[in-house]
Amino acid sequence: MPSHAETYPPDAPPPRLELRGITKRFPGCLANDHVDLVLQPGEIHALLGENGAGKSTLVKMIYGVLHPDSGTMLWQGAETIVPDPAGARRLGIGMVFQHFSLFDTLTVTENIALGLDNAGPMDQLAGRIREVSERYGLALDPGRHVFHLSVGERQRVEIVRCLLQDPKLLIMDEPTSVLTPQEAAKLFETLRVLAAEGCTILYISHKLEEIRALCSRATVLRAGKVVGATDPRQETARSLAEMMMGAELSTPERPPQGVAGVARLTVRHLSTTSDNPFATNLKDVNFEVRAGEILGIAGVAGNGQAELMAALSGEVLLADADAVVIEGTSAGHLGPRARRTLGLAFVPEERLGRGAVPELSLSENALLSGYAREPLVRGGMVHFARARAYAETIIRGFNVVAHGHRAEARSLSGGNLQKFIIGREILQKPKLLVVGQPTWGVDAGAAAAIHKALIDLARSGAAVLVISQDLDELFVLSDRISVLFHGRLSDSRPTHETTVERIGLLMGGLFGTPPDEDGEITRAV
Amino acid sequence: MSFIRLEPRGQASKTMVYVTPLLAVALTLLSGFILFLAMGFDPLKALYSFFVAPVTSVRGVGELVVKATPLVLCAVGLAIGFRANVWNIGAEGQLTLGAITGGGLALAFYGEGGWWLLPMMVIGGAIGGAVWAAVPAFLRLRFNASEILTSLMLNYVALLLLNYLVHGPFRDPDGFAFPESRLFEADATLPILWAGTRVHLGALVALLAVAGGWLLIARTFIGFQIKVIGLTPAAAGYAGFDQKRIVWLTLLLSGALAGIAGMGEVAGPIGQITASISPGYGYTAIIVAFLGRLHPVGILLAALLMALSFIGGEAAQIAMGLPKAITGVFQGMLLFFLLASDVLIRYRVRFGARRAAA
Repeated sequence: MPSHAETYPPDAPPPRLELRGITKRFPGCLANDHVDLVLQPGEIHALLGENGAGKSTLVKMIYGVLHPDSGTMLWQGAETIVPDPAGARRLGIGMVFQHFSLFDTLTVTENIALGLDNAGPMDQLAGRIREVSERYGLALDPGRHVFHLSVGERQRVEIVRCLLQDPKLLIMDEPTSVLTPQEAAKLFETLRVLAAEGCTILYISHKLEEIRALCSRATVLRAGKVVGATDPRQETARSLAEMMMGAELSTPERPPQGVAGVARLTVRHLSTTSDNPFATNLKDVNFEVRAGEILGIAGVAGNGQAELMAALSGEVLLADADAVVIEGTSAGHLGPRARRTLGLAFVPEERLGRGAVPELSLSENALLSGYAREPLVRGGMVHFARARAYAETIIRGFNVVAHGHRAEARSLSGGNLQKFIIGREILQKPKLLVVGQPTWGVDAGAAAAIHKALIDLARSGAAVLVISQDLDELFVLSDRISVLFHGRLSDSRPTHETTVERIGLLMGGLFGTPPDEDGEITRAV
Repeated sequence: MSFIRLEPRGQASKTMVYVTPLLAVALTLLSGFILFLAMGFDPLKALYSFFVAPVTSVRGVGELVVKATPLVLCAVGLAIGFRANVWNIGAEGQLTLGAITGGGLALAFYGEGGWWLLPMMVIGGAIGGAVWAAVPAFLRLRFNASEILTSLMLNYVALLLLNYLVHGPFRDPDGFAFPESRLFEADATLPILWAGTRVHLGALVALLAVAGGWLLIARTFIGFQIKVIGLTPAAAGYAGFDQKRIVWLTLLLSGALAGIAGMGEVAGPIGQITASISPGYGYTAIIVAFLGRLHPVGILLAALLMALSFIGGEAAQIAMGLPKAITGVFQGMLLFFLLASDVLIRYRVRFGARRAAA
């Protein structure tokens, strides 16, 4: 059956995986168009591309979740069809998804047993987990419940689950998007050890610096086609981004901040208590955001970001009305609508399902938050013509790629939907904009556009608060940076006086350990 | 690999939204054909006497409208709630309460009526139904109790209340202890719209409800909020829509419409309060709402179809001596096939085995 084997010199081993002319069509779009890809044993190979370029579709076909319409897959030189993920695991293909599939109330061992096809007795499995996690430097206690674990630890559970099956190919989808820089560095060590042992790693990420540091080969997809293959170590992040986009990248520049104006948002002694045992309560959070500046709040997900966002938007009302003051008015008891009237605009972290209704058209999604500050409702009746015009203004003003105002929100790529949502909020001329994860999973071109819009808004006199896990982004955007850890917020530092490393340590909870140059100790937890 | 597979569609099929109700009707007819055949009837003749014969006369068409009237009124209200994920299963009880309060006014002002009595009965019926629906609304918002259960249970309470009243306070003093009220006077009876039939003013009210329901759903900001809450509650919270207010509004509205339907039955075709006001209009209206795709115009068509199943069932009882349950059997089959074929909106059927693993 390995009819293609003769194409290789007899002494060289065949590639671990070779894809030839893989094509996959979905209704209305050609997701993969004759994709060729060769993965060698022991290499860390990056798969690059903007949102919608077809990366996910391709790896889902390798992992057996989807099936190609045409094309062939060669596994170690032999033509293979992967029927389903279980079949992929039998071949030796493991995958760590961007979104974890773990049960909070089960232990690490129980979770791993659920994902294995032949788990064996629990105590033996726990021993194997301990062994594998020690060998690869993935500290993990098999007996702990998952809800106790940090996001980084949860990811380790997923990785260990794959490693237990001795994978020959490990696919990782955006693995560092939830990690601190230090956690990411540790992950890279693990991956390098794995590669040295001969395991092939297919690595998907938007973080181009990471790819330059980690990968020895990169394949670039654009609109479903392979447009290039390169050695990322020989490229710059900029040249990689331009390969993905097929166009020149314009990076926003942050003009020096003028004199900071009045405080548009003041948060004083904000504490929350939640009925949800898995929520992170905020503990005495204090900060203010002034007109003309961008304040960045860094932190690993799950440290109180969701709770802070809800307390600021008004989706959760506060016991103390003075804990949140918008434009001089105590807003702790006001709901989202009243806060919007005060001048707040808001971009939630979840785009589809909170910031936009997936099934509704863009004009209806323009109305979703636009009703508060735009004349879209008259006498209880929706003014549909104005909602359409407002949606068209957003689409044009923010270069949203969509089939007009009738397009359903879910038909847009992540980057375009985010441009639409940010446009919808900015065009309401807010005095205060709160943004969660502005460019998470958004490609470089859209991210640059979003960053520019946020900077322009701040420089026109609005106050902007950005809550993000992406430090590179916060360093591009923010005038000052604070860190949220276990529900507590560190004091802010001017961005130019701090470093990624120091903020990274704070994100890991090391408040107080690194003394600053001026001898000051950062506020301890 | 299995021979028949369901494959997800990339996007929900708009065509299938309209095709599946027709498919469900066709499958119901086919099953009815087999059912009648198995029971030893001539299936074509049986189906004819069930679905066609009843509407071959003016009187029959009139009866169709009479039966469709309460179905439309209840279903329009239910559909507005269903769109907001408010699952009012209690239209039957709300209809009964509307009959009690609206009809009770007719009895209270017996012999003293005037032109004002009918409008007052309409308002009284609406309030009765709304109050009955307010109970599940309160329980859901205060205690997080599922309105599906509370509204359903209140149906039985309403029936017991009606039974008590017709055996006691509402009983006709000259009625030889029969459990029914006096016949309403002319001032308390809805005028007939179509001579020779029993079609009454309620039919016009039902058409108004269709138009009003459409306006609310398609044009008002409240309708938009209902849509967003139904589709994505988190987005509604983000936008600042008051979900409690929408729960109150949809339950009170559907209760009021069901109450008007009940009042229309006692002040219309029945003409008095009896122990059995409704053959299950409130339950059938749930099927009507879904069959009509929660759209007022679709509901109008679906109500006519379900009304046909009521009068067809009666005709089948007379012509073929079938039990009363035959109506429920056909209504149940229709809902079953509709829910089952709705899978085609999101999935397509593929025949043939998947390429096997090498």
